[in-house]
Amino acid sequence: MPPVNDAWFLPDGVDELLPEQSERLEQLRNKLLSVVRSHGYQLVSPPFIEFVDTLLTGAGQEFSLETFKLTDQLTGRMMGVRADMTPQVARIDAYRLNDSRPNRLCYLGTVLRALPEGFSGTRSPLQFGAEIYGHQGVHSDAEAIALMHTVLTTAGINNLYLDIGHVGIFRGLTQQAGLKQTAEEKLFGLMQRKALPEISAYLDSLGLSHNLKSMLLSLSRLNGDESTLLRAKRELEQACEKVQDALSYLQKIADELKYRCPECSIHFDLAELRGYKYHTGVVFAAFVPGRGHEIARGGRYDNIASPLGTARPATGFSTDLKSLVSLVEADIPPTKMVRRILAPQSKDTALWEYISSLRAAGDIVISELSGQVDGQEPMNGVGCQYKLVHKNKQWIVVEA
Amino acid sequence: MENPITIALPKGRILKEALPLFAEVGIEPLESPSESRKLILETNVPNIKLLIIRPTDVPTYVQYGAADIGVSGKDSLMEHTGGGLYEPVDLGISKCRIMVAAQKGAVLPQGRRLKVATKYVNTAKEYFALKGKQVEIIKLYGSMELAPLVGLADLIVDLVDTGGTLKANNLEPRELIAQISARLIVNKASMKIKHEQLTEMIDKIASITEATRENTHEVQH
Repeated sequence: MPPVNDAWFLPDGVDELLPEQSERLEQLRNKLLSVVRSHGYQLVSPPFIEFVDTLLTGAGQEFSLETFKLTDQLTGRMMGVRADMTPQVARIDAYRLNDSRPNRLCYLGTVLRALPEGFSGTRSPLQFGAEIYGHQGVHSDAEAIALMHTVLTTAGINNLYLDIGHVGIFRGLTQQAGLKQTAEEKLFGLMQRKALPEISAYLDSLGLSHNLKSMLLSLSRLNGDESTLLRAKRELEQACEKVQDALSYLQKIADELKYRCPECSIHFDLAELRGYKYHTGVVFAAFVPGRGHEIARGGRYDNIASPLGTARPATGFSTDLKSLVSLVEADIPPTKMVRRILAPQSKDTALWEYISSLRAAGDIVISELSGQVDGQEPMNGVGCQYKLVHKNKQWIVVEA
Repeated sequence: MENPITIALPKGRILKEALPLFAEVGIEPLESPSESRKLILETNVPNIKLLIIRPTDVPTYVQYGAADIGVSGKDSLMEHTGGGLYEPVDLGISKCRIMVAAQKGAVLPQGRRLKVATKYVNTAKEYFALKGKQVEIIKLYGSMELAPLVGLADLIVDLVDTGGTLKANNLEPRELIAQISARLIVNKASMKIKHEQLTEMIDKIASITEATRENTHEVQH
């Protein structure tokens, strides 16, 4: 076999977009930013790289393994490329803006993940998200969920399924059972797989009371439509107050969403604990048929930035614009119908003035380069349907 | 209209034991999988089809949502690192054990890392790590039993059913890693999107396996 020329290979999970896809991405970016702006969210741009000490403080610790790290030659300190923008934005809210009123922020930027994630196995998602800081309660959570729904439908994604859970339920039950951290982590892993036989065997080995065992066991079966919450009330009757509070909170969210997005299919899953460590309340995600992974997710994460500033309640969601683009590929026309006009080289100022006016009016005007010949391949290469010609002492646009 | 549902089944022993289970919940392939060479089989239920694939590929198909539901040996699931799955039911079929085995009476060498031949790379590494041992894993695709005989490895990690193959090759089981049986696995997104249909199917299958388990218990006692 001849040696493979792999000089053009990109790293796993790192990709590039060609003109058509880039154009779609840019349109999507514009559309989605204007949606969240219309809800009062202000754009912030945290840095792509910063000191690991700052980046991985507090809840950022969770991203330690996923963060690319390198040494800063100026200071000798370790720097990291952000693996998630949420902790950065929380820091901006807590430390830089330092306001006690509710604050709505949105952000958009490339993040890098040392480990591939999700359906596409990407390591360089274009993260887009919106967060509300400084409000604790059903209204901000419902707003975040409804906004995620609006953002995804605006992007052209239909058949959305929202999945909602609450980490307080699992946390409350494991506290009631007095589980140690290792036991809780093991059980958490099993819950994520809904591995009922293993959960049952493991709970037996912990020697819990019959009541607690059956409640923890029922968790992985408590999923489905709104009736799940009623079932949960019955089956978790003996659970501590924290669990009861979480259940009534979910009921309130369900009621709120009926007004805000009545057409949406909502599913509850009380054993779903996405981002368990840094979330403190409601967690949610959006699914579409045919994709095995969620396409957007979020939840409540109070006091995430407290080591760096004021402790603030927070809730919000994020998604990867690159994977959204691939989902809606067929639906968005690649570009608006804009005329592409080829202009010859000329020493006539009138031509250059006319070209400027055409461009200002929205046309695309491409200057011919020396060596390009009318009607031949180089010209077709720039894809012009029109050209500028000199007729009766004036420049006019004619079909090519 | 009901959502279409795709079921991934592994070729071989599990398939033979799983088909009667699905027949009991009213799902039967229109052609016999052992005779047909088709990889996608229609069933008597119009919107349900079967994929017949390699056992180690079943978790991958289900993880990515190419199949909504599937049957997979616990051995394949322990080896599968991708996540993205639910495994709600132990079907109690295709039972065996995953074990460490060595040449009969062999004394393990001291003072160097043990060499372990297996196709269950992750499972073996994790098992020895839990015991506080770092071992050198040698990945093989089949006939693990040969490795200790020709000096390729000190130990093997493999599935053991009756132990016949081990015996025939002068090997003996040393340690039990896990009891293995076939599991029903479900894609996370499908579980949410096709919740009603899948829950119904899962519950039916679970109650059938539960009933069989109780029966065998009675016979044993």
